[in-house]
Amino acid sequence: MPTPVVTVRALTKRYGRTVAVADVSLDVNEGEIFGLIGPNGAGKTTTMECIQGSRRADGGTISVLGLDPRRDATALRRRIGVQHQEAQLQKRIKVWEALDLWASMYDRERVVNGDVLLERLGLAGKRDAWFMNLSGGQKQRLFIALALIHQPELVFLDELTTGLDPQARRAIWELIRDIRQRGSTVFLTTHLMEEAERLCDRVAIIEHGRVIEMGTPRELVTRHCAERRVIYTTDEEGGERLHELRGEGDDFVTDVIHRIASDGARVRGFRTEMPTLEEVFLKLTGRAIRD
Amino acid sequence: MLKGLFKLSWIEMKIFVREPMGVIGSLLLPVLLFVFVGRALRFSPRGGAGIPVSRLPFNIAILTALLISLGAVQSLVGIMAIYREGGILKRLRATPLSPVTILGSHVMVKLGFTLVALVLMILAGRRVLPDAMPASGVSFVAAVLLGTTSILSFGFVMASLVRSARFAQVLGATLTYVMLALSGVFFPVDRLPRWLQFVANSLPTTHAVTLMRAIWAGEPWMTQLATVGALAVIFAACIGFSARWFRWE
Repeated sequence: MPTPVVTVRALTKRYGRTVAVADVSLDVNEGEIFGLIGPNGAGKTTTMECIQGSRRADGGTISVLGLDPRRDATALRRRIGVQHQEAQLQKRIKVWEALDLWASMYDRERVVNGDVLLERLGLAGKRDAWFMNLSGGQKQRLFIALALIHQPELVFLDELTTGLDPQARRAIWELIRDIRQRGSTVFLTTHLMEEAERLCDRVAIIEHGRVIEMGTPRELVTRHCAERRVIYTTDEEGGERLHELRGEGDDFVTDVIHRIASDGARVRGFRTEMPTLEEVFLKLTGRAIRD
Repeated sequence: MLKGLFKLSWIEMKIFVREPMGVIGSLLLPVLLFVFVGRALRFSPRGGAGIPVSRLPFNIAILTALLISLGAVQSLVGIMAIYREGGILKRLRATPLSPVTILGSHVMVKLGFTLVALVLMILAGRRVLPDAMPASGVSFVAAVLLGTTSILSFGFVMASLVRSARFAQVLGATLTYVMLALSGVFFPVDRLPRWLQFVANSLPTTHAVTLMRAIWAGEPWMTQLATVGALAVIFAACIGFSARWFRWE
């Protein structure tokens, strides 16, 4: 049995008359990368902030690393790492000063070398730069460094790669997998389905404050979008011809290959399309634009 | 806890110094004003030695000290509003640093700069306005710092009430003028109508000025226990209020 490090039962949070989170229950297991995914305004950040203890829940129970996030807030803050969405630091604080300050707050044995972390995040050249002179992506990477400086047992990352270029995104995924390898548990939110699919062991889809689906990305795809597509082109007398076949089940692609082979067709191009988490997401949360 | 306080105070101090306008406004401006007024008095156009300091309608050293102190409070209220708006307070709050450390570091920085400004004022005053100098420089500085601490706690009440940085500027400036006018620097508080006396006595500045004036004149601290007590009560009330109502985001 996996050990849960986060246990949430029937979490509810209201802002005035708006219900932001309604009856959310979930477990995050030790050593996994857990993703909370959902459209903007679905309640991802509120849920995460209640779990971190920075927001008071209106109902339900939360246990994080065996602690109550409100009552044992100080003890919990020493053991978790946090990255907020759209956070800021003092305009004129230098990058190394921020890391130095953060390093001083935690157990000395757990703190990693800040320069190594900056190097990995591509910020080594910005060590002496003021926060206000960093680009959006650099700020984001600095906040990730601050969240990881003490090798926390549990890291919360809110929209961790929003606004980053593909290179930085990949470097950060690498880093997240690395810290998981060293024993940390990761709780993240994202609205990038590619990120969720590549990075997360398990995801929960949240919509209008409710968890509507939970499982590994693969499970969700199999459960909701079983259809696969095979697209191939063949050489015919009049030129190339495009074929598209749809089917379900694990044997579908093999069947198509056998059929093409027995037909003796000359195949010029061949590709299969598996549904992605993005399709599951759109199927479950609808295609309407929201903000 | 103390380690965190010193570290954060040190960083906040460096950050403050990196913005030249803030340093000029809080350190140099009051001292320059003091020197300028001092010279103007000495070299009065009517000839002679000018007006003696003792015949001024206000105490120039106390007025300058009060301006330094109020400048610190305005700056504090502004910084709190900016830090809150930018999510900096929220980010710091998510660390193991205690709320007292996060806010206390700003008090340390403000008191530090107040101290430097006062020392500059006294050094300049010894040359330019020797007869405006307090009986004991050290005692006077201690009295100003004590008053400033109480006024800073009042600043936290303002910082708890304002939502935006813009509003913080307006409210900070308005309250500063009110506090300055009612402080007793320009005219005795007991000449005010009853209700304004009540307002004046609820403000930390009034008691700060009373204390500064007594210590400036060389009265012993033992005679000022009531004033120190009033400053302490206001401090406690303001901190209590802020502990309940201060908003981190």
